Amino acid sequence: MRYAMAIDTRKCVGCSDCVVACQTENDVPIGFCRDWVTETVDGSYPNVVIELRSERCNHCDYSPCVRCCPTGASHIEDGGIVLVTKSKCIGCGACIQSCPYEARYSHPDGYVDKCTFCIHRVRKGEKPACVAVCPTKCMYFGDLDDENSEVSTILKNRKFKALAPEAGTQPHIYYLV
Amino acid sequence: MKEEIFVSGRNIPDIDPFLNIWHWQIPIYLYLGGVAAGILFFAGLFTLLGKEKEMPATMKWAPIIAPIILVLGLFFLFLDLKHKLYFWQLYTTMRFESPMSWGAWVLMAITPLSMVWVGSYMKEMFPWWDWKFKVLNLFESWAIKNRSNIAWVMVVLAVILGIYTGILLSAFNARPLWNNSILGPLFLVSGMSTGAAVILLVSKSHYERTLMSRIDLLLIVIELFFIFHMIMGFRAGSAVQIAAASLFVGGPFTITFWVFVVLLGLLFPALLETLELRGFKVPVIIPAILILFGGLMFRFIMVEAGQITRYLY
Amino acid sequence: MSSRRDFIKISALGFGATAVLASVAKFGVGSPIEEMLGLSSENLPSFRRFPTYCEVCFWKCAGWAYVTETGNIQKIIGNPDDPQCNGRLCPRGTGGVGMYNDKDRLKKPLIRFTNNGEQTYREASWDEALEFVSNKMKEIASKYGPESMALFNHGSSGHYFTHLLNAYGSGNITAPSYAQCRGPREAGFEATFGDAVGSPEATDIRDARCLVLIGSHIGENMHNGQIQEMSDAIDKGAVIITVDPRLSTAASKSKYWLPIKPATDIALLMSWIHVLIYENLYNKDYVEKYAEGFNELKEHVKNMTPEWAYGVTTIEPDIIRATAREMADAAPSALVHPGRHVTWYGDDVQRSRAIAILNALLGSWGQRGGFFFKEGFKLPEYPHPPYPSPNWSWKETMNGQFPLAKMSVTNTIIDASIPEKGKEHIIRGWIVSGTNLPIAMPLKAQLMRALQALELIVVVDTMPMEITGFADVVLPECTYLERYDDLRDSPHREPSIALRMPAVEPSYETKPAWWIAKQIGEKLGLSAYFDYKDYKDVLDWQLKQVGSSLEEMQRIGVKRLKRTKGPLYIPEGEVHKFNTPSGKIQLHSKELADAGFDAIPVYTPHPEPPEGFYRLIYGRAPMHTFSRTANNPNLVALMPENSVWVNPTIAKQWGLKSDQKVWLKNQDGVISTFSIKVRITERIRWDSVYMVHGFGHHYKPLKNAYGRGVNDTEMITNVMVDPIMGGTGMRGNFITFIKEDPRKEMQS
Ligand SMILES: Nc1nc2c(c(=O)[nH]1)N[C@H]1C(S)=C(S)[C@@H](COP(=O)(O)OP(=O)(O)OC[C@H]3O[C@@H](n4cnc5c(=O)[nH]c(N)nc54)[C@H](O)[C@@H]3O)O[C@H]1N2
Ligand SMILES: Nc1nc2c(c(=O)[nH]1)N[C@H]1C(S)=C(S)[C@@H](COP(=O)(O)OP(=O)(O)OC[C@H]3O[C@@H](n4cnc5c(=O)[nH]c(N)nc54)[C@H](O)[C@@H]3O)O[C@H]1N2
Ligand code: SF4
Ligand code: SF4
Ligand code: SF4
Ligand code: SF4
Ligand code: SF4
Ligand SMILES: [Mo]
Repeated sequence: MRYAMAIDTRKCVGCSDCVVACQTENDVPIGFCRDWVTETVDGSYPNVVIELRSERCNHCDYSPCVRCCPTGASHIEDGGIVLVTKSKCIGCGACIQSCPYEARYSHPDGYVDKCTFCIHRVRKGEKPACVAVCPTKCMYFGDLDDENSEVSTILKNRKFKALAPEAGTQPHIYYLV
Repeated sequence: MKEEIFVSGRNIPDIDPFLNIWHWQIPIYLYLGGVAAGILFFAGLFTLLGKEKEMPATMKWAPIIAPIILVLGLFFLFLDLKHKLYFWQLYTTMRFESPMSWGAWVLMAITPLSMVWVGSYMKEMFPWWDWKFKVLNLFESWAIKNRSNIAWVMVVLAVILGIYTGILLSAFNARPLWNNSILGPLFLVSGMSTGAAVILLVSKSHYERTLMSRIDLLLIVIELFFIFHMIMGFRAGSAVQIAAASLFVGGPFTITFWVFVVLLGLLFPALLETLELRGFKVPVIIPAILILFGGLMFRFIMVEAGQITRYLY
Repeated sequence: MSSRRDFIKISALGFGATAVLASVAKFGVGSPIEEMLGLSSENLPSFRRFPTYCEVCFWKCAGWAYVTETGNIQKIIGNPDDPQCNGRLCPRGTGGVGMYNDKDRLKKPLIRFTNNGEQTYREASWDEALEFVSNKMKEIASKYGPESMALFNHGSSGHYFTHLLNAYGSGNITAPSYAQCRGPREAGFEATFGDAVGSPEATDIRDARCLVLIGSHIGENMHNGQIQEMSDAIDKGAVIITVDPRLSTAASKSKYWLPIKPATDIALLMSWIHVLIYENLYNKDYVEKYAEGFNELKEHVKNMTPEWAYGVTTIEPDIIRATAREMADAAPSALVHPGRHVTWYGDDVQRSRAIAILNALLGSWGQRGGFFFKEGFKLPEYPHPPYPSPNWSWKETMNGQFPLAKMSVTNTIIDASIPEKGKEHIIRGWIVSGTNLPIAMPLKAQLMRALQALELIVVVDTMPMEITGFADVVLPECTYLERYDDLRDSPHREPSIALRMPAVEPSYETKPAWWIAKQIGEKLGLSAYFDYKDYKDVLDWQLKQVGSSLEEMQRIGVKRLKRTKGPLYIPEGEVHKFNTPSGKIQLHSKELADAGFDAIPVYTPHPEPPEGFYRLIYGRAPMHTFSRTANNPNLVALMPENSVWVNPTIAKQWGLKSDQKVWLKNQDGVISTFSIKVRITERIRWDSVYMVHGFGHHYKPLKNAYGRGVNDTEMITNVMVDPIMGGTGMRGNFITFIKEDPRKEMQS
């Protein structure tokens, strides 16, 4: 099993529903976030293109955050989901330094928090909160090992990219372009 | 024009707009670790070289501060932890890929060792000293007997500790400024140079001072060479590394780096030490303090600037 | 397209690495997942959920509010059975919890009083506040007649106060959603097709093969059903054509973005009509069957060529032709979206008419991928005595202006509230519920004069918004998450009803609007009109009449029903009768001609910004609803303030930097109260600046919203009123930048 997410930048409107939904689903304190939305504008008026991207932890295969964690709080669960065990985390910040995507933050309670791929929902057969809420239905989540899963299918049929592949982390959020 | 913005969600304290998750505690921790590594390295080294008699400051006096600053360093690391009560989790596992884990364990080994070292010299330094307990006296005589074995271990651990202070940073692939192989040796050399500076400060023996000055001069030259290489390496590197180097060349850290670290922390003390070796009267305290100060600045700058550098995507 | 091999390579790499790392990670870890989440199976939060429909905008998506054991509303999730939202709320609906959690909410009734010559509020009991209101209303009724009370409303609470005023004897009910919003569109479409577009729009976006957006910025305008369907249309490969002076989000997803010079849309629309007719591309069968006035139209647009339009709009003739052909190719599944907020330049009914005519030529009304026939579910009205008939009403306040206004025009009610010699119908008291007039209404001077003159202003609101600062009595309503309201029965593809019930008890001393209206009614001696204990009784009664029950609705939240009034589209072979007097589509409008207006739209030039000034255009941000959400903590976290979009060329001329704060000054010398951050972006033209409406609040009790950004309404002092229906055109204002704090200058 290898969970991954594919996000269609051609449909995303940058509404940030994925950000609030994550906030209310996962009790992310206001002022912090596990996911966020970026906009890139290129060209000059009126030949302008924009790309909107909902970003979060890439649940990397070669996850430097897991490697550098001194306590094993950061670890990889089944399906490649990178998680932090609250009660093992000492809040040293090494994993935050190590992440090329700055996908982790220090929770006001001290431990480090990040996207969990909503594992508590996924285990129940539901979609992650951000995926389930997205009004443009531009996010796809599922198992890459399953050839017929939504993600596998869409990645087979569309052009895609990952962010900062040169960082060598093997990210698993794909952006359909 | 190219514009890149966050539509929403990013204004996280200590992360946006620039990562600043490690504050003053970490550079001081790295600094103290480096100084201690330097002191203990020389203590061990000259023991193994059989120079105990000629080098009293290196053997006995300077090492007194090693356990103190090691504990202090650990304390600063502790201060920086955001989930402090879980501190002990560091010692429930050994994570070879994590420099942080490594460092915690090395410190766990070298700190008591440095105490034993100092303890073994206590009676020599302070003749009135009394261990009060029999076990301690027995232990002392064991330590004195095994001093050269301890020295071996200490030299190895000191080198690991010194390198660790650099590797802790250079292991972060995500921070282009840190992510280069020179940082480990560079921090090691810099640590030794500051260690030597401490010895210079406490030493009263002319022989010892001249020897340490020579060594220090050599270390400074190596350090300058490493720094030069590091920056050249960046400039020949990828876009993110070029951007990283530009922090020091024209960027916001240019003056602090070149004036405080390179000029006042390395070149000027090197000049003073050269003059002294040539027989000019220079109060040893000046180059020593400059070196110690430059080393501290260096760590502050590296930690702060490194956090600013990132992958662009 | 990426090759399959690439993909396999990536996933294959994935497995190996995962396996290796997983084993590394397990070394010395062995953490149960529950522990890491802090939710071991016993303490996984267990929720109770309550049906609701959203009140953060007027799309009214149905959802479930999830309440924790400790009585906290944790989250609100769309109801998958709801055809309006399909289980997905928009960011504002998801962030609706913030409406409930907002610390700055109104908490107790307030009464204005004078303390040492200074007016302030004091807290009052409900009984005292309601007594005050009913006494004043009695006084107004006896002094001037009950017609002198008016209601300004927007949202669910409107119905109860409408009922109250109707029972009391007034028909002066008004809302900004007409003359400040979709009024011109409704008038234009009614004049053409005989039917208004209405809300939610009966636009068949999901099946459109060509979607044309004139300004309408779906994606920022976050009306849920439309955004979902636009996304479906993108998936199906629909051609999207967006006409907008700004690269809107929708424009960025479009095959064609027509970066039009603002205020020239009518010229573009007429030239499209020209191309369709003169290139013989229009839907001939449809036009022959259904339309009247084709020859007049053909003659009218004879010279309105793409070349002519190019000179006006700056859109290249080739592009005008190419886009017209795309529409024709897709017709009748070519939808020229009617827009929603259309009060732009004062000739908005005519622009809407042009849009309607274009749709008629494509034959999209009543066709798949065009406009469908919507159907709602008619719930029986809870019995009450007949209403008294008022002696005059909003129609009379218009004095013959705005002949095509089919609903009341806020601005004329406001004008009627300024007592002046010679005015026959004067309004003396207002109830304002669910609308923040100082930010929603342009024509500030008129509004201020009315607010000064009125003898009674009652504001029912959940938040201490600007309008509450003018009230004699402030009545705090509980939020939509804490109350029952009328069943949602808005019409769409299929009829449906949705229930809103309290997820939690009302916080503080807040009360639902139905309760407030009922109490005032009873104090006015109108108990017969409020013959129920609790609104639950009304809902249950209504539901039982139609074979359901409150109990059932509490369980399911949304009930979908079958259509009974005919098919969604005009069935093949059938002849449709339009709602116009002749039963045909009016390409040439006799109604307009008779009223003294152009029977077919004509482009007239609008003033352009003077040197150093830029046209102020405004719109929506997907995470906010006007001022409604400006203080919502969850949504403020997403977007705390607005910015002014400036083209890089202009920024350079002015020496502006990104995020620099500037003050704005308009053509009439009005300076913004607060500063605003500059966003330097290629997404905006050099002759215009753009900002999101709803920010720049100056009312201090709004702690999250106060002083954040600039309020566009404040800059809108030139209002071009549409003579046909009274819409307030707001895009004829020009602003310039002030780089130093103007107040500092004034002080020194
Ligand atoms: N400058 C400018 N002016 C505009 C527009 C623009 O784009 N620019 N847009 C126009 C358009 S399209 C429209 S539709 C109007 C909208 O104008 P409004 O209807 O005034 O808009 P809102 O901000 O939704 O008004 C919300 C008010 O209702 C209150 N409220 C929220 N929930 C409740 C509730 O449950 N009960 C009660 N009683 N009150 C509640 C809020 O606190 C706030 O005071 O504005 C128009 N005016
Ligand atoms: N998130 C969110 N969504 C909302 C609302 C909200 O408050 N927040 N409000 C809802 C309501 S009540 C309404 S009425 C709708 C309004 O939503 P729309 O009907 O989409 O509003 P418009 O005024 O058409 O949209 C503004 C767009 O018009 C463009 N524009 C400005 N001037 C011109 C011009 O001269 N010509 C052309 N072609 N375009 C121009 C602007 O650049 C901007 O992109 O949104 C609804 N949806
Ligand atoms: S919810 Fe969907 S459309 Fe909105 S920003 Fe997130 S990914 Fe984009
Ligand atoms: S994105 Fe960052 S936090 Fe997530 S797995 Fe990769 S390195 Fe770790
Ligand atoms: S902050 Fe926590 S999760 Fe991150 S590296 Fe340190 S202990 Fe591990
Ligand atoms: S998957 Fe879950 S935790 Fe991750 S960003 Fe989406 S909602 Fe947040
Ligand atoms: S569109 Fe959004 S704000 Fe409007 S009713 Fe639906 S969920 Fe609520
Ligand atoms: Mo509106």
